[in-house]
Amino acid sequence: MNLALSDEQVFLREAARGALSRFKTLEAAREALDGDESALPDLWPTATEAGWPGLLIDESHGGAGLDAFDAMLVLSECGRVIAGIPLLGHLPASAILNDSAAAGGAAPMLEQLATGEHRAAYLPVCPADDLDARWTVDPAHGFERPSAPVTVGSGDGQATVSGELAFVPDAVGADLLVGVALLDGSPVGVAIEGTAAGVSLQEVSRYDSTRKLAHVSLKDAQATVLAGSAESLAGAWYLAQSLIAAESLGSVETALDVTVAYAKERYTFGRAIGSYQAVKHSLTEVLRQLENGRSLLYYAGWARVGSPGEFPLAASAARSVAGRALDTAARTMISVHGGIGATWEHDAPLYFRRAQLSRRLLGGTAKATDRVAGELIAQADAA
Amino acid sequence: MDLDDTPEQAAYRGQVRTWLEQHAAEAPVLQGPGALEDEAEILAARRTWQGKLAEGGLAGVTWPKEYGGQGLGPIEQVICNQEIARAKVPGILDAIGVGMLGPTIIAHGSEEQKSRYLGAMLHGDEVWCQLFSEPAAGSDLAAVQTRARLQDDGSWRLTGQKVWTTNAQFSSYGLLLARTDVDVPKHKGMTMFMVPMDAEGVTVRGLRQISGEAEFNEVFFDDVKLPADAVVGGVGNGWGTGLTTLMFERVTIGLGGEGMGYNSTRFAAAIAADDHARRDPEVRHQLGEIASELLAVRFTGYRTLTALQKGQIPGPEAGLAKVTIVSGAIKAGDLIADVLGPDALDESSDWSYMISFLPGLKSAGGTEEILRNTIGERVLGLPPEPRLDKGIPFSELRSKEGAAA
Repeated sequence: MNLALSDEQVFLREAARGALSRFKTLEAAREALDGDESALPDLWPTATEAGWPGLLIDESHGGAGLDAFDAMLVLSECGRVIAGIPLLGHLPASAILNDSAAAGGAAPMLEQLATGEHRAAYLPVCPADDLDARWTVDPAHGFERPSAPVTVGSGDGQATVSGELAFVPDAVGADLLVGVALLDGSPVGVAIEGTAAGVSLQEVSRYDSTRKLAHVSLKDAQATVLAGSAESLAGAWYLAQSLIAAESLGSVETALDVTVAYAKERYTFGRAIGSYQAVKHSLTEVLRQLENGRSLLYYAGWARVGSPGEFPLAASAARSVAGRALDTAARTMISVHGGIGATWEHDAPLYFRRAQLSRRLLGGTAKATDRVAGELIAQADAA
Repeated sequence: MDLDDTPEQAAYRGQVRTWLEQHAAEAPVLQGPGALEDEAEILAARRTWQGKLAEGGLAGVTWPKEYGGQGLGPIEQVICNQEIARAKVPGILDAIGVGMLGPTIIAHGSEEQKSRYLGAMLHGDEVWCQLFSEPAAGSDLAAVQTRARLQDDGSWRLTGQKVWTTNAQFSSYGLLLARTDVDVPKHKGMTMFMVPMDAEGVTVRGLRQISGEAEFNEVFFDDVKLPADAVVGGVGNGWGTGLTTLMFERVTIGLGGEGMGYNSTRFAAAIAADDHARRDPEVRHQLGEIASELLAVRFTGYRTLTALQKGQIPGPEAGLAKVTIVSGAIKAGDLIADVLGPDALDESSDWSYMISFLPGLKSAGGTEEILRNTIGERVLGLPPEPRLDKGIPFSELRSKEGAAA
């Protein structure tokens, strides 16, 4: 039994914290909200120096050959400072390509993606579940989920892909788009160059200035067909779920630290407000949800390698708890700070904005929560 | 990162499993076909079984060898618990004695006390109960009013009432926290005693709960005479001695979480069995939220074990796990009752029993509110609630006036 961080993992986390501390990410996020997008620092060179783009790519292809849990540690540090860094898109994409290479298939740009010379973005496609046999994508509007893009193969490992994907993280400026398309109704991995004919991106911004999103439209876009199982393609979705969970929990950590510090120094009626049970209990509630989320990150990190059949359940549970935790943490941060917490004078609105958008991306926490139920119902049927 | 046993742990697990395979047939059957029904028979059978477990080294795993234990660590205790659960045989009858009270006597008792009582406790020959909580002293345990007065001959006279006492109806002894000095601040004037439950003046009365069953007791003491050597850990040191018990209580609860049967698999199975509920978005959403938190608790348990294995003290996640388990199970019971309707409340239903049991469990081992205070103060470093009882002699505390003096 060992769920402790290894020395290397502690170092990875500390190095990430150190590297990100050189930037004023929160100030930049506020300025960007005011319309000055140029205030946001370009953190990709920092990521590249640290080796984060290659975290999930095998050493034989120039990556670090690490596991999902290591990537979660890095994302958690990004979340702590609300850093806008396109790893959420890049890492699941790199995992699909790495799996394809391991299965003897194509893996365009893999070495350049490992070094960070090129950047990939994941086209998020949600696997079928016990109620919906389709692979689906997030809709641009409303509640109904459209089917995954469709591909037509040309037999030489190439294909054309058509479909629409909404609110894709980190797609703008990506050299390669990697995702899932349906070939004769079955999911296959596809890699599409960002500049390929038939690819058009509509940059969209919603509520959180640090999150770069785009609606991606593919019209007979030239694609390379990848190797790798349906489990691997589904795994990319769950990897993305666990990464956004880790990122959210990083934000919870800072929100809680800042709020606890304030509850110790702010006095009302002659007492520090943190001595009141109403305040103390709401802060321990944030801690409770944070610790539950952390435990589920361990579950997801362990399951992806140690028990892949449980990875969908573990990653979805982590996502569900982490999304709620960040919402609770941001709202508690605002209420404990009082009126000032709801103003731009304070950082709390940045966490609040991060919480509200994060909970609606990549299927949203609602989809993840439903998946937890679906996986457990399937387990019950099998028992 | 792994969930595997070390080679030493695997060897220990194998040893426990082998013993259980050889002796499982001797275990009393408590559920299903052929189950014992008579209370007295069950009790006798469980005592005998505890004796066998003790002889096999499966009771008192963490107790020192000189007192009949195995001298092993908490991980081995957990492995032993897991194997007993896997073998589908009952564990020891006196988990409170062996898990909490025995370790307290080992830490604070005299050599005479250890040699007289520990062996019989471990083998189930003498069951023990914990006589700490009172009607007006639960979360604020140091407010106990049960009074022990020193007599001229060095003996004591005990008067008062305890409550929430599990197993009192068949216990031979109780470990009791009493007030012995009301003229000092409340944490200082207490002493721990061993009380024979068959002594004159001891009355045990079952306390029925929401379910109608009496799992706890009230215990009354009417001028009970105790000898001088009934004191454990020294006169006036009752609070420190009691803290040792409470520490072992937390470890016992922390390591036994999933054993309570409040887990996502069981709750999901109830939902999965209903064709409509399993497709209902609202039911699925609630199940997903509840199950996610309960799954977290399982891995919180593994984190706790990792810390124990490294010789560290488990972090705050261990204390908060109880809050998550209880609140998750309450929500699950509510959801399942929504799905099954009034049948879930049929007295013979497991769900009815669970639904009835949980409101009380919320306060067991310290109320949720007190737990959140403790964690807020010890873990988050928040300032304590102002207190009116610090440094004031117990007899002057207004709310206790007259009652203890």
